[in-house]
Amino acid sequence: MSARYDLCVVGGGIHGCTVALFAARGGMKVVLVERGSLCREASGVNAGTLTMQMTRVALIPYALQAHAMWASAATWLGHDVGVVVCDGLSLAFTEAEAALLSYRAGRRREAGAPIDLIDAKAARLVEPGLGPGVLLAGHCKVDGFANAYLTGLAYRRALIDAGVTILEETAATDVQRSQGCFEVDTMGVPVKAARLVIAGGVWIEGMLGWLGVTLPIKVLVNQLAVTERQRPVMRTVIGIASGLLSLKQYPHGTTVIGGGWQARGDRERGGYELLPDRLVGNVRLACHAIPALKEARLARAWAGLEAETRDALPAVGPVPGVPDAYVCGSVHSGYTSGPYLARLLAERILGREPAMPLFPIDRLLDPIERAA
Amino acid sequence: MTSPQRFDLIVLGAGPAGGRAALTAAAAGLSVILIDEQSAAGGQVWRKPWAEPAPARADGREGEGLRAALDSSDVTLAYGRRVWSVTEGFRVDSLGPEGSMSCVADHLIVATGAHERVIPFPGWTMPGVMGLAAATVLLKAEGRLPGKRVVVAGRGPLMAQVAAGILAKGGRVVAVVDRMPLTGWLKALPALATQPPLLAQGAGWMGRVLASRTPWIFNHHVAEARGTERVGEVTVASASGDCHVLSCDALVIGDGLVPGSEVPRLLAARMRFDRLRGGWIPDLTADFETSVPQLFCVGDGAGIRGALQAGTSGELAALAVARKLGRKTEPDQGARLRGAFARASRFSDAVAAMLSGRTADVARIGPDTIVCRCEDVRRSEIDAATAEGMHDINQIKHVTRCGMGPCQGRMCGDTVQELVSLGSRRSREEVGAWTGRPPLRPVPLGELVGSFDYGDIPVPEPAPL
Repeated sequence: MSARYDLCVVGGGIHGCTVALFAARGGMKVVLVERGSLCREASGVNAGTLTMQMTRVALIPYALQAHAMWASAATWLGHDVGVVVCDGLSLAFTEAEAALLSYRAGRRREAGAPIDLIDAKAARLVEPGLGPGVLLAGHCKVDGFANAYLTGLAYRRALIDAGVTILEETAATDVQRSQGCFEVDTMGVPVKAARLVIAGGVWIEGMLGWLGVTLPIKVLVNQLAVTERQRPVMRTVIGIASGLLSLKQYPHGTTVIGGGWQARGDRERGGYELLPDRLVGNVRLACHAIPALKEARLARAWAGLEAETRDALPAVGPVPGVPDAYVCGSVHSGYTSGPYLARLLAERILGREPAMPLFPIDRLLDPIERAA
Repeated sequence: MTSPQRFDLIVLGAGPAGGRAALTAAAAGLSVILIDEQSAAGGQVWRKPWAEPAPARADGREGEGLRAALDSSDVTLAYGRRVWSVTEGFRVDSLGPEGSMSCVADHLIVATGAHERVIPFPGWTMPGVMGLAAATVLLKAEGRLPGKRVVVAGRGPLMAQVAAGILAKGGRVVAVVDRMPLTGWLKALPALATQPPLLAQGAGWMGRVLASRTPWIFNHHVAEARGTERVGEVTVASASGDCHVLSCDALVIGDGLVPGSEVPRLLAARMRFDRLRGGWIPDLTADFETSVPQLFCVGDGAGIRGALQAGTSGELAALAVARKLGRKTEPDQGARLRGAFARASRFSDAVAAMLSGRTADVARIGPDTIVCRCEDVRRSEIDAATAEGMHDINQIKHVTRCGMGPCQGRMCGDTVQELVSLGSRRSREEVGAWTGRPPLRPVPLGELVGSFDYGDIPVPEPAPL
């Protein structure tokens, strides 16, 4: 039985799309299987923040590389995702937040993020829209945002240019391995490939189960909101010390409010319900940071699913015990760092040495399974 | 945040359907709160005038009757409140003059009515162009004319009502431009005649229009509106392409009604596309209960049927809630209401058919015409995205921004879905509807947050470092 493709990627989010793109550009014949349309889950509905100040310390070196990738998306992706590079501020309004901010900014700076601690007066020079009560701010010049909802269109065009076969609205339901080839069952039609990448976001737990691997994945249901268009009220990306606020105004005038407040949802139904008290809480943080937001109306709120491993670090690397199978996902702040990590995995699949270490999942599997 | 007030039943919308539902439930001994955005009950059809004394018209009298009955009932009346969140349980959050309010109830009756469909044409976003519904508000609530020389256009009996209302207030109607041929009206006559008082009311409007020698131009639609600062003239065209130009200072237009089914969509009730009923509506039992237990949808928001069946549907749903709560109801009340509902079906179906959307009307939209007025998205952009392989309505939204503005697609949704269906050769069911999300209507952030202390915001635990 001969493989039709060199590589089959299951999952058309930012991770799957990036692996598919660079593998195809590296000469592989690639098929991408997506049950819906490209980048319509977390990759298309997240807040679009490209920041160091919400990134895990261990991911800072990757996030810096990824930020550079986003900033030059027009070159390597070839299509616009509305990237704006600007300053970022992480705010502290209480003594406790100031202590948290000092500690966290210090750890992130040690990992390479160019974060300075500045006082309220200096912060107001960076962001004139700030409200009163700021005690301390983390200032990072490597920050910015993209228009997450444009991600799918940009990747779709890039993947088509690279010759990737895109199977949208095609759910993969199982994988068989026989005679050195993966056979992915897509609603009764088998897709045969020599290599396999599992990149299904919060659904990788079930997909790894096809290969007999148990990797528990926690599902976060992140709430987001957007205002209608208004006059310019801010020019930076704003967060708070705890990480529970992200705020930026897009060039067309709308402001996206995020920060990971939890909505109701699960793998089966998605983020199906926004809780009014949490929405109000999140919006209060936003209005406290940038009071002029009170002039705008709330247009919409929604929720997206984020995957998290036991140690909250990525699952990017080979699948233990299954030659030629890989997993790519569970990257915290995955929209920021995802493209670089996925590109590293593509390098590995192409037989090259990645420039930075991957995050193999062996550490997350129980010893019995690893032995088997 | 103060803890929510608890009721047996929450009713959203105080038009004929919601108003009757609240009264019936209160009469059965339930604790009921009735919430509406307007300052008085009556909805769109029985809207309360702002200043004038109660009008002698039938719809005016019915509205006064409903308002009086509600005022003397045990129903908690929450007028002037904008509902922005409805969550399972059910919890309803609203904003009003006294700030934010939360209430909870095990039963929810949604009677949120319909919104107008306007099939876009060049110039439809220009000042001086308004919907039939907006013109009705001007005439009924404010007693004002939309203009001195008005073109009334679109489809259905509301055109006759608005034209007659303009004439009654001393305005001039340049012409009524009707998408339907005369034969459409003649075919509907036998069904309309099953409700003699309503037929007589409609005939009265028509008679007034015709007596004024206002031209009624059948089988034509507005092809373009032009003007410098506001509309000054409109071109009307027939399907075969012959055109007239009409000079005017206002254009009042409505191409039918779309059910306002945002709440059942938000609560993930099972929905279906029903062209006769105006679009996406919830699947309902005979008691108007959705697939979400204890969630009921009545009136035009559950499918366009008109005021006649709206009130009856509200009463039937309220009776079902009362029975679920073990209250005694009159034994023959349900059967009587079902009989009335059935007798009104021929009339309601005929009117719904006139008001339903036509694919041919949408197909005629020009490529440069703005379809989404909030985000200035033209038909050509939607067609281009469809041609590039985007066939899911939510994907189209991501790619073009149509439906992302303050109206959240209430205005353009039906048209965009029809365009994607045309371009992709997929059914309306396959194209789907935009995902329902809060807020149900845009709300000012300042009102939403109210006054608060930073320290009281329940900020969750920080994410791991």
